[in-house]
Amino acid sequence: MTNQTKYETHEHDVLIIGAGGAGLRAAIEALAAGARVAVVSKSLLGKAHTVMAEGGIAAAMANVDKADSWKTHFRDTMRGGKLVNNWRMAQLHAQESPERVRELEQWGALFDRTSDGDILQRAFGGHTFKRLCHVGDRTGLEMIRTLQDRGVQLGIDVFMECTVIRLLTDGNRVVGAFGYWREQGRFVVLKAKAVVMATGGIGKAWPVTSNSWECTGDGMALAYEAGADLLDMEFVQFHPTGMVWPPGVQGLLVTEAVRGEGGILRNKLGERFMEKYDPKRMELSTRDLVARSIYTEVKEGRGSEHGGAFLDISHKPPEYVKQKLPSMYHQFKELADVDITKGPMEVGPTCHYMMGGIRVDAETTAASLPGLFAAGESAAGLHGANRLGGNSLSDLVVFGRRAGLEASAFAAKSPAGGIDSGQIAEAEHDMLAPFERGDGENPYTVHRDLQNVMQNLVGIFRTEEDLTTALAELEKLKQRATRLRVEGSRLFNPGWHLARDLKCMLIVSEAVARSALARKESRGAHSRIDCPNPDEQWGKQNNVISREGDRMKLRQIPVKEMPDELRELVADDK
Amino acid sequence: MADAILEVFRGNQEVGGAKQYTVPITPGMVVLDALHYIQAHLEPDLAVRWNCKAGKCGSCSAEVNGKPRLTCKTRMDALPTDKPITVYPMKSFPVIKDLVTDVSWNYRVNRKIPPFTPKPGTDWKMYQEDMDRVQEFRKCIECFLCQNVCHVVRDHHKKEEFGGPRFFVRVASLEMHPLDNVSRAKLLKDELGIGYCNITKCCTEVCPEEIKITDNAIIPLKERVVDEFYDPIMKLVRKIRGAPKAG
Ligand SMILES: Cc1cc2nc3c(=O)[nH]c(=O)nc-3n(C[C@H](O)[C@H](O)[C@H](O)COP(=O)(O)OP(=O)(O)OC[C@H]3O[C@@H](n4cnc5c(N)ncnc54)[C@H](O)[C@@H]3O)c2cc1C
Ligand code: SF4
Ligand code: SF4
Ligand code: FES
Repeated sequence: MTNQTKYETHEHDVLIIGAGGAGLRAAIEALAAGARVAVVSKSLLGKAHTVMAEGGIAAAMANVDKADSWKTHFRDTMRGGKLVNNWRMAQLHAQESPERVRELEQWGALFDRTSDGDILQRAFGGHTFKRLCHVGDRTGLEMIRTLQDRGVQLGIDVFMECTVIRLLTDGNRVVGAFGYWREQGRFVVLKAKAVVMATGGIGKAWPVTSNSWECTGDGMALAYEAGADLLDMEFVQFHPTGMVWPPGVQGLLVTEAVRGEGGILRNKLGERFMEKYDPKRMELSTRDLVARSIYTEVKEGRGSEHGGAFLDISHKPPEYVKQKLPSMYHQFKELADVDITKGPMEVGPTCHYMMGGIRVDAETTAASLPGLFAAGESAAGLHGANRLGGNSLSDLVVFGRRAGLEASAFAAKSPAGGIDSGQIAEAEHDMLAPFERGDGENPYTVHRDLQNVMQNLVGIFRTEEDLTTALAELEKLKQRATRLRVEGSRLFNPGWHLARDLKCMLIVSEAVARSALARKESRGAHSRIDCPNPDEQWGKQNNVISREGDRMKLRQIPVKEMPDELRELVADDK
Repeated sequence: MADAILEVFRGNQEVGGAKQYTVPITPGMVVLDALHYIQAHLEPDLAVRWNCKAGKCGSCSAEVNGKPRLTCKTRMDALPTDKPITVYPMKSFPVIKDLVTDVSWNYRVNRKIPPFTPKPGTDWKMYQEDMDRVQEFRKCIECFLCQNVCHVVRDHHKKEEFGGPRFFVRVASLEMHPLDNVSRAKLLKDELGIGYCNITKCCTEVCPEEIKITDNAIIPLKERVVDEFYDPIMKLVRKIRGAPKAG
């Protein structure tokens, strides 16, 4: 069937694409189930985006607020997501996350403690109770190191600095992936009976983002190209507090833990403006609302010198600030010459998290193609229209585990699939084409132009007109992306890598713009100036994107109905 | 604003040399920004590792003006501009391309270390005061700058018989975990070659996380090795005094 000798080939039961929290947790579970497992990642092991997570992991352990329970966590998650979440995912997530956190501890993670010797929990936006287990403001590092060490101990096979550029299918079943080693530029075939996508987010399609270079939506784009459904793509979270100055660090995250620990937002007139927008929850309102509030203050001329708001924690004792927010203290001191124990930080919205992604089944994490599973930020459903802080890290371990379990079970009962050399040849040809063009555009230029389109036309506030223009602009960018030229050799060549990542970003950007245009209402992170209110009909529908030939198709499916006892939990009057 | 001249290593293990680039300086710019400027405007194939741009992932290590640094935390305005700013790959690791080095040795060392092994029947109660010193070690972002600067690796190339400061920090984080129950003293002595370390403290000086590698990790570990292998009486005394476990 295929000319196997031409490519380095590896064969596993379960292939996991992504070595962030979701991918590593999936790998651990699949290994424990006895599967042969490989994990691929674009970066070195331990450097995935998860390492940057700061504030904490949400789990109703009730160590600090004894009244907390999975039911309240469920309610907060559903209400934060404006009820278009997949309720079953939200339920499983709320029920299972305490056990997943305990498990991390049993594998060596050291969370901050209460005076009783239990895991300490802090307040965060949208959470009724103190719920975020944390390690200062470096929770993600603790988590990824713990998972990494556990995986290494179990004998995980890691393909570091290897980028997947295509899913391989046999009929419509996913049977492996095709990629290249970033170091030498050599191609590699990864055969597997089941594939788990755990590739993270899409922030790099925007210029002002808290995300790393890896977050180019690869998993979503590759799944889409292979024929899988994408869900809720209009819901992109802009975190209210990114750095705004100096320019080089614009977008870098200022953790919500600053507000969790008592940080106050003010405009240039010194007004605590959240009193106007959400007097009840103030700074700890949900992210969508705080982000829009800051944006509005700035737009109406009450912003800081560099176009942000002031976030102040200096009323707390300096030692407390340094102990609870050490990396924020250093980040501002070293990168912005600001001592946050003495004065305020300048902050503004930054593109942060993708609620949308690969459509999955709640229990099994199975995507709409057989053999494909997805977990973590690249999957959709749990967070609905808006994610609560801390609910991503818990998402990674709850659904990462489920993905590992289900993928290994699927692999155990499935024969190996056939590899189609035609698919490989096509992917290889596309990948190498930019070297062969005599002239053509630099991928960095096209990337910059894409980012400007997304920032200006598909940002926090949207209108039909802007979104229509964006789609036309994206069409032009897609054309330009077919004529890229890359200089140099195939050895560790970032320009070449970007040329491929750009294609993924274009796909997800288009999916975002199309879904946003369709949803004629404002809900959670999706704010339409021309349709400023939530709409009852849209509240019952999710947008689904799929591929039809070369065209992107959009359709609506009904939001899954909750059983009565859960509906009561999320009712308004509590 | 003014321009800066960057002198960046281009090439691989066999061939290569420095190349100069002119980069406009913007306020607050860090060396990694300058490298990104070169990629976007001058040479798109310049190989650099980075992820977070916030000093959290430890990917962007290099030698700036001869000093091992995270390039994302090295401000341009803290460097003299009257001469070119040199940016070279970490010297102790083989160059793959430009500023990207082969750090796989570190991952191999890591595999030798027995994992966290809790005491049987533990109730998972831990107190902050018992954890503080371990949490210091857990801050490590694996930038490998300490590995790069340690003379045992850098000048004496003892990669086979030596683990390096990063992994002493890791072993310390396990050995001093309040609930861990195995000894890694033999590993430290025989496989990680802690005896090669002569406490020069160069590793501590470069650690961007300000972990007191030598004082807080290496010296206590050396004491454990001594107790276990050369001074059983001391071991007993320490045990009775209830000092951190040594076996
Ligand atoms: C600064 C910051 C702070 C945050 N703080 C919190 C917090 O406090 N609490 C919380 O709950 N959430 C937080 N989040 C969100 C959370 O960190 C992320 O959503 C989460 O870590 C995503 O994990 P993941 O496992 O899905 O993917 P990632 O950690 O993004 O990992 C993706 C992996 O996929 C690999 N990959 C991608 N594409 C390919 C490809 N084509 N081929 C091969 N490999 C590929 C990458 O190399 C990487 O290994 C924060 C996010 C940021 C940016
Ligand atoms: S103190 Fe020891 S480990 Fe650190 S640099 Fe010196 S010799 Fe190396
Ligand atoms: S101990 Fe410090 S210098 Fe060494 S790898 Fe860790 S963070 Fe880097
Ligand atoms: S890029 Fe992450 S530490 Fe510099």
